[in-house]
Amino acid sequence: SSQTHTQANMERIHLLSKIATSEQHGENSPYFDGWKAYDQNPFHLTENPNGVIQMGLAENQLSLDLIEEWVAKNPKSSICTKDGISQFKDIANFQDYHGLYEFRKAIANFMGKVRGNRVTFDPDRIVMGGGATGASESLMFCLADPGDGFLVPTPYYPAFDRDLRWRTGVQLVPIICNSSNDFKITEEALESAYENAIASNIKVKGLILANPSNPLGTTTDKQTLQTLMRFINEKNIHIVCDEIYAATIFNTPEFVSISEVLQEMEQDSSNKINRELVHIIYSLSKDMGLPGFRVGILYSYNDHVVSCARKMSSFGLISSQTQLFLASILSDEEFVDGFLSESSKRLAKRHQTFTQGLEKEGITCLASNAGLFVWMDLRMLLNKPTFDEEMELWRLIINDVKLNVSPGSSFHCVEPGWFRVCFANMDDQTVDIALKRIRAFVKKGRKNERATMNNKRTKSFQKNLRLSFSSRLYDEATMMSPRMMSPHSPFARSPLVQART
Amino acid sequence: MEVGLNNTHKFLSKIATNDGHGENSPYFDGWKAYDTNPYHPETNPSGVIQMGLAENQLCFDLVHEWLLNHPEASVCTPQGGFDFKEIALFQDYHGLPEFRAAIANFMSRVRGSRVKFDPNRIVMSGGATGAHETLAFCLANRGEGFLVPTPYYPGFDRDLKWRTGVELIPVVCESSNNFKVTIEALEDAYEKAKESNIKVKGLLITNPSNPLGTFFDKETLKTLVRFINEKNIHLVCDEIYAGTVTNGSEFVSIAEILEEVPTICDHSLIHIVYSLSKDMGFPGFRVGIIYSYNDTVVNISRKMSSFGLVSTQTQHMIASMLSQNDFVDNFIQESRTRLAHRHDMFTRELAEVGIGSLESNAGLFFWMDLRRFLKEPTFESEMTFWRIIINEIKLNVSPGSSFHCNEPGWFRVCFANMDDATVMVAIERIKSFVLETRMLEIKTKALAKAKKQCWQNNLTLKLSSRRLEDIMSPHSPLNSPMLRAQN
Repeated sequence: SSQTHTQANMERIHLLSKIATSEQHGENSPYFDGWKAYDQNPFHLTENPNGVIQMGLAENQLSLDLIEEWVAKNPKSSICTKDGISQFKDIANFQDYHGLYEFRKAIANFMGKVRGNRVTFDPDRIVMGGGATGASESLMFCLADPGDGFLVPTPYYPAFDRDLRWRTGVQLVPIICNSSNDFKITEEALESAYENAIASNIKVKGLILANPSNPLGTTTDKQTLQTLMRFINEKNIHIVCDEIYAATIFNTPEFVSISEVLQEMEQDSSNKINRELVHIIYSLSKDMGLPGFRVGILYSYNDHVVSCARKMSSFGLISSQTQLFLASILSDEEFVDGFLSESSKRLAKRHQTFTQGLEKEGITCLASNAGLFVWMDLRMLLNKPTFDEEMELWRLIINDVKLNVSPGSSFHCVEPGWFRVCFANMDDQTVDIALKRIRAFVKKGRKNERATMNNKRTKSFQKNLRLSFSSRLYDEATMMSPRMMSPHSPFARSPLVQART
Repeated sequence: MEVGLNNTHKFLSKIATNDGHGENSPYFDGWKAYDTNPYHPETNPSGVIQMGLAENQLCFDLVHEWLLNHPEASVCTPQGGFDFKEIALFQDYHGLPEFRAAIANFMSRVRGSRVKFDPNRIVMSGGATGAHETLAFCLANRGEGFLVPTPYYPGFDRDLKWRTGVELIPVVCESSNNFKVTIEALEDAYEKAKESNIKVKGLLITNPSNPLGTFFDKETLKTLVRFINEKNIHLVCDEIYAGTVTNGSEFVSIAEILEEVPTICDHSLIHIVYSLSKDMGFPGFRVGIIYSYNDTVVNISRKMSSFGLVSTQTQHMIASMLSQNDFVDNFIQESRTRLAHRHDMFTRELAEVGIGSLESNAGLFFWMDLRRFLKEPTFESEMTFWRIIINEIKLNVSPGSSFHCNEPGWFRVCFANMDDATVMVAIERIKSFVLETRMLEIKTKALAKAKKQCWQNNLTLKLSSRRLEDIMSPHSPLNSPMLRAQN
């Protein structure tokens, strides 16, 4: 009988929508292969020390203890405690899509603090969304019709493909960024992307960027933001800034929010800034490490968008139980100030530990000052600068080194060889183990290389295949090629290399 | 720089600038009246009483008691705090396994354990609101349509159509047979869709019905299932009010039909929408559920649930609460009893003044028959009378037209969102209005006659008798001795 049902299922798949049967949810991309490897063999310090370490998930686990501590001292923040239960009924009944006023006020206040109080946010412009995922999708529904396009700088967060396009029918047009200038957005790249869209008959409705960037971990400098503002105002298109990593800044340069740039540029009317084109996406998933609570925020300077998005928020309101909790914790100024400061310190320390550990092995990352990850440069380990090579290397990293990192191609990076590596979703011991594994992998590569060089004439090609596969990572020709040598790499100064020259 | 509304519209999407959100319907006027002048027993005793909101506020005491005895249900207590980090980090769109198990358990017990639900088919959504939209995205393309019996929940217009571009085609039901869905009405709607070049992808029913408060009998359900199976279209059953049925054993869920007669249809066409907003009274917690017998739909809607997952803080609490069978069974039973009591109180009192309603034994409202009060059997009259109800009687009830009812004069009245004292106030207001209106009307007519015939001393007697005759609705169960005495 179940067989009949399965058969019937297959026969009737055509009864579903195009949206349901397209692959636009994106989960069949190789990006998820690493996840599957992890799921089947997850690392655990004591129970599975040889498992795959998850370094593909941008979570912030470093400061949850501070929140737990606060929770223990503030039973009124919960509707389930003796202290808080008198609120249960009203909260359980509260389904107003405006959201609890205290919640909006607390979020607005928090967002201001995160930006050093250089700008203030209006609680009445705070709109809820089902995580940043839901907030981004709603914003697309408000700003673009099916077939319209949004420009987005590469490399970008893979799930934008699903969140911004899947059910909306909106298209994404890449603004190509290169390592040659640290992946900064140039005016040329902007104009080029815009022209490409026009040539493809795509009506551009806006530009979306994540600042701080995922996967780069860098912040967009003020000048570039000003360029973007001028560009969108000139073209009469929207700008959407996903500032979800705003409080993960751990180093200079300081974070500059689009809200600050707007405030400044508006003061000079010759700038002809139309604030109704500016929108911010936010969430507490990264800054506070609360992805499970689904706290998505849409902040728009456009009244109509606020009104419309608020109606749409019915499709993904934040649980009132969670709204109350957050209203409580985020209006505790002392806690917030302490949290932001401590969180930043811990991220800085973790980032330093990790990048220094990598550098010891001759692996460099894009210089970054934010985010929960580094953008690791493994271009010198590719035999050829191709995405096939990148995939090979990636499978090696998952299967041999047993680390789930994310290949640059999944972020639509145009240059092969970059990998995003998350560092804030594990404890210190695990970081240590991850670095040890990388060390061992690099050492093995060098050992194999020496062995290969000594045995080159005697060993058969087939015997060498496995060795040379590893040694390919340190292929002399590859290493020495000026094309492959990253200017960021301290490898150039390595005694290993020097001995060769 | 000033940008006029026209300019703004140019920069936004069609979805953002059309009326698809549905809030410009008169359904919301009553809300506005309430918002500006809400009733409060002490601070605003002459304010508008909210009877347009289908909430279930009758059993919070049971929930309070349970929570105080089970601190581990919350991640914010010392007992539950160990889970805080894990819960805060958990964003897997499959949802907590214990949450899914608890929901499946609850759904089963609401149906008297006559059916079992598979936790692996439980998919989360942003309330039932999100569930309906997600199913529409999964089952239909832009421009395709769903049949839906009238009268129906006004939110469907937004949930199923707004961002999806899907159409709704009414299956017209009439009071002449107590608004039952007939096969003729179904076929008729299907044909109409065809004529309008709308490809029908499914049928959406709410069972128990909002606004009727009735539920489908087994035979009708089977007829519907055979209909959709023959037409090769989906059946979406919104069973959000399943736990509000007075006599639980009488309610038949679509799940039971599939269990009883597995060969009645292709199961992959059947989908259930559920939520805890009505049965538990937790609309704020946004616990929407999609339960589909179609593997692909489970899979895809689960991916879409990323747009509206249930907060893990809430998943954790619900998992705890709804896995406790003695609490669950007691809650369901007690809730049914209290709802029935409230329902009976209202309908009985209103019948005393000759106001009838559709016979019902489910839901958080009743479908009040005020057809006789309309000047003319038109929707304009209905609107006029409705504004009187809001502005003079000071009750926010919902006019039948907002539910796409094809007959003017019906109003949905919610009764479970207030305390007993407020119920009495509401009842008094209605009764006073009815009596005053009739008295006024009769007085006016009588005076006119009296000028000719000097009937003044007989006035009071005639008043009483005519009041009963004129007001008696065919639905009214009034069996007053006074009436018999008259005869």
